[in-house]
Amino acid sequence: MSTLSFEGREVPVRPGQTVAAALWEAGIRSWRTTRVAGRPRGLFCGIGACFDCLVTIDGTPNRRACLVPAHSGMVVTPARAERAQGGTAPGPARAERTPRFDVAVVGGGPAGLAAAASAALAGARVALVDAAERLGGQFWRHAEGATGRGHRDWSVFSGLRSIVEERVDHIAGATVWFVEPEITSSPPLASSRRLVLHTSAGQVEAGRLVLATGAYDRALPFPGWDLPGVVTPGGAQALLKGSGVALGERVVVAGAGPFLLPVATGLLAAGVQVVGVYEAGEPGAYLRRLGALPAALSKVGEAAAYAAALARRRVPYRARRAVVAARGDGRVSEVDIGRLDRSGHLRPGSVETVACDAVAVGYGFTANLELALALGCRTVRAADGGLAVGVGEDGRTSVPGVFAAGEVTGVGGAALAVVEGQLAGSAAAATAGADQLSGRDLASLRRRQERLRAFAEAMHAAHAPPAGWPAWLAEDTLVCRCEEVSHGTVARAVGLGGIDARTVRSLARPGMGWCQGRVCGYATAALTARACGRPVADADLLAFAARPFAAPVRLADLAAGADDSGPTPTPGPR
Amino acid sequence: MRASAEVVVVGAGVVGAACAYFAARAGLQVAVVDRGPVAGGTTSAGEGNLLISDKAPGPDLDLMRHSLSLWRSLDLGDVELEPKGGLVVASTSAGFDGLRASVSAHRDAGVEAVLVSDSELSAYEPELAAGLAGGAFYPEDMQVQPMLAAAHLLRSSSAAFHPGVAVTAIERDGAGRVAAVRTTRGRITTPAVVNAAGTWSGEVSALAGAELPIRPRRGFILVTEPLPPVVRHKVYSADYMATVASDSGDLQVSAVVEGTRSGTVLIGSSRERVGFDRTFSLPVLRRLAAQAIALFPFLARVRAIRAYRGFRPYSPDHLPVIGADPRVPGLVHACGHEGAGIGLAPATGDLVAAVLTGAVPAVDLAPFAPARFAEVTS
Repeated sequence: MSTLSFEGREVPVRPGQTVAAALWEAGIRSWRTTRVAGRPRGLFCGIGACFDCLVTIDGTPNRRACLVPAHSGMVVTPARAERAQGGTAPGPARAERTPRFDVAVVGGGPAGLAAAASAALAGARVALVDAAERLGGQFWRHAEGATGRGHRDWSVFSGLRSIVEERVDHIAGATVWFVEPEITSSPPLASSRRLVLHTSAGQVEAGRLVLATGAYDRALPFPGWDLPGVVTPGGAQALLKGSGVALGERVVVAGAGPFLLPVATGLLAAGVQVVGVYEAGEPGAYLRRLGALPAALSKVGEAAAYAAALARRRVPYRARRAVVAARGDGRVSEVDIGRLDRSGHLRPGSVETVACDAVAVGYGFTANLELALALGCRTVRAADGGLAVGVGEDGRTSVPGVFAAGEVTGVGGAALAVVEGQLAGSAAAATAGADQLSGRDLASLRRRQERLRAFAEAMHAAHAPPAGWPAWLAEDTLVCRCEEVSHGTVARAVGLGGIDARTVRSLARPGMGWCQGRVCGYATAALTARACGRPVADADLLAFAARPFAAPVRLADLAAGADDSGPTPTPGPR
Repeated sequence: MRASAEVVVVGAGVVGAACAYFAARAGLQVAVVDRGPVAGGTTSAGEGNLLISDKAPGPDLDLMRHSLSLWRSLDLGDVELEPKGGLVVASTSAGFDGLRASVSAHRDAGVEAVLVSDSELSAYEPELAAGLAGGAFYPEDMQVQPMLAAAHLLRSSSAAFHPGVAVTAIERDGAGRVAAVRTTRGRITTPAVVNAAGTWSGEVSALAGAELPIRPRRGFILVTEPLPPVVRHKVYSADYMATVASDSGDLQVSAVVEGTRSGTVLIGSSRERVGFDRTFSLPVLRRLAAQAIALFPFLARVRAIRAYRGFRPYSPDHLPVIGADPRVPGLVHACGHEGAGIGLAPATGDLVAAVLTGAVPAVDLAPFAPARFAEVTS
């Protein structure tokens, strides 16, 4: 049997599992303690966004256990603010010549796959740059050798994957940490633009870019949300679909959004007892609005199938409910579930306590916008209250040569992402001189896009984060998990002059830790605005969405490209 | 917004906040306006350097010595003031000779400074690269969290603070004296305006009809992942002073490395005259990384998680502009601190308060006089 070693234990490893999954399956819920208060941490987002799961692997510290594939013989030790010991750092894999493409697509999920396939079919030379080792993104995350059982629209995935394998340069395991717009003419023309992607697997150059970088779960703080065993729905899904590991034995699924349904039914199919699905929103409203939309039937049918699966196993699905607190000794053992009124506030006296050994809780998604922002793309406020890349027809951003598709243009689900990917990939290829889609195909895709967009909007209205969530926070409830910044500290920063989220961040440090504001950004923006008696402004969200480095980059890799032939400083009087 | 004040401070960065603090302490009724929030400009892009080590004996040193003693005596609440000391390192014997001369001059001027031989360096910083020529240790160098410092100074001043309010005009009376400040939210009658607008001081000064040649000098900082305490002091390369003093607009880089309370290591420094270009320059970030690794080899395997940039306000002779503007009675400048603003803020505030109340300033203001630019039109 394959095993890895963790604190003197031999932990079984099944093929394709991540380190986090192997530890989780062995019943280990935390493998790290935080710097300030020594809080136990393990998995939270499960997809590499939150940096909670850091662990030392074979002597290299601060690796995200949810991303690293587990191997036999690995030595895993808990991370305690360590640094790599000695030795010279290996240089990055450097190609002799940076490969050049007509179109580079960033992201291997539904939108990215569709964009890469469409661009390639139009005759363009395409690269698909993906941080993961296997294609599929989050929606089609699968274990090695998966056949599609338990996945939706698998045939769409395998079709796209075949095209990509045949016609696209698939650059896997390549995390883009920086994008450089290299303008070769002035004023910049789309035709002469060259964009350079700096990735963990070398540089890629392209004349056009399609950003399909997807999204990660949006979390709202509540007392106890940082207890081991409390994870996001995406984290629960990643454990199950990617590594075949069930989140727990007695699991609460909560938050808002249609995603809670497949998470719950997936857990049920894996033999987990799902205590209940607690939705903060009002899906009834969604269904009413949907009635007016064409092709609503398939969406209603989808929802009905999930509802039936839950009902068959007598799993309650309750609307206007939220997890308002979690408790446990070193790991979650119970949660408080409260009833919400129409305005999203907790009804006094409505809290009931429910025993559980894990919680999957999340309120929709936040888009990965760093690359778009670094390129100067204009953003808009999307229907779910978050930021999205502003796009015109067929995914054109405000920057010539840069397109966007999928969740980054507004959270809207996989089917919409595929359509947007097709449109953006085709448009990018066409502007690079490749074939155009026929007018009929374009029109058909755009109509489908409109319909699916309308769904998404109805969906967001029905599944909004509950307005009353700030009232559930205690003074010491953490808002920023990485830097361990409490609600009280954030409130004091507002009082000290933090009239916007950026200033609060500078004063009190939420968003300055490992995850650079991915997890706490929405909450900090909302709490700041609320304390200032105003709505959340785009600037509040931007303060936590822009990241000059889209991912951490080793200083040796940064330095490797340094040009030392600059002018030497000339001494002079001071 | 109150319609009148005894002094209006334009700019709520660390210098403006310090001016408000000392002016209020001197009994003046102060209003502070800023088009953004507290510390919304260059202050939020600073490292928090309170350095005496990089000040050549002369007006710079006198000003900083006064400022350091004020930093030590201010009772502001937790602004993370840390007396960590600074270590300047030379990689060549010529550089070390220069340090030896600096240490000697500093000690003559009453600054604590210790010459450190190459074999003694590792006692100060165990992770420093081998093969350096030597260094100089300055125990008086300190660190502060600049945002908290500005916010606490401002709050302690009890000044009327109006964030999100931009100044649109500075009114002068028939005799040319300052009479009022017009803003996007109304008019404030006042006999005195303190121009503490940092990198934008030239714009504010122009509103009063007085040109001031303050220009932006862009700098980047790399921030690493959180680490256990490794770098103990502010460590910087001996060629730092030359880059500060350089009049070249081209990129000047010089290694500056320090640890922080949160475990991150901050890596600077770069200086360029590129106007207000806010884009992140990868070539500059690469040079910063390379230089930092040359000083501290362990950094090679450490990851950068963030970078940020700011625009230092610099004046042509690299000295700040502090004092009354002879062209506009009532206009007092407190700007042009170019990378030393945080350290020099308390002294600047104290001197401005003296100018406003007619008291004798604690430091000779002649070298910082705005009059030296009175002929300049930009």
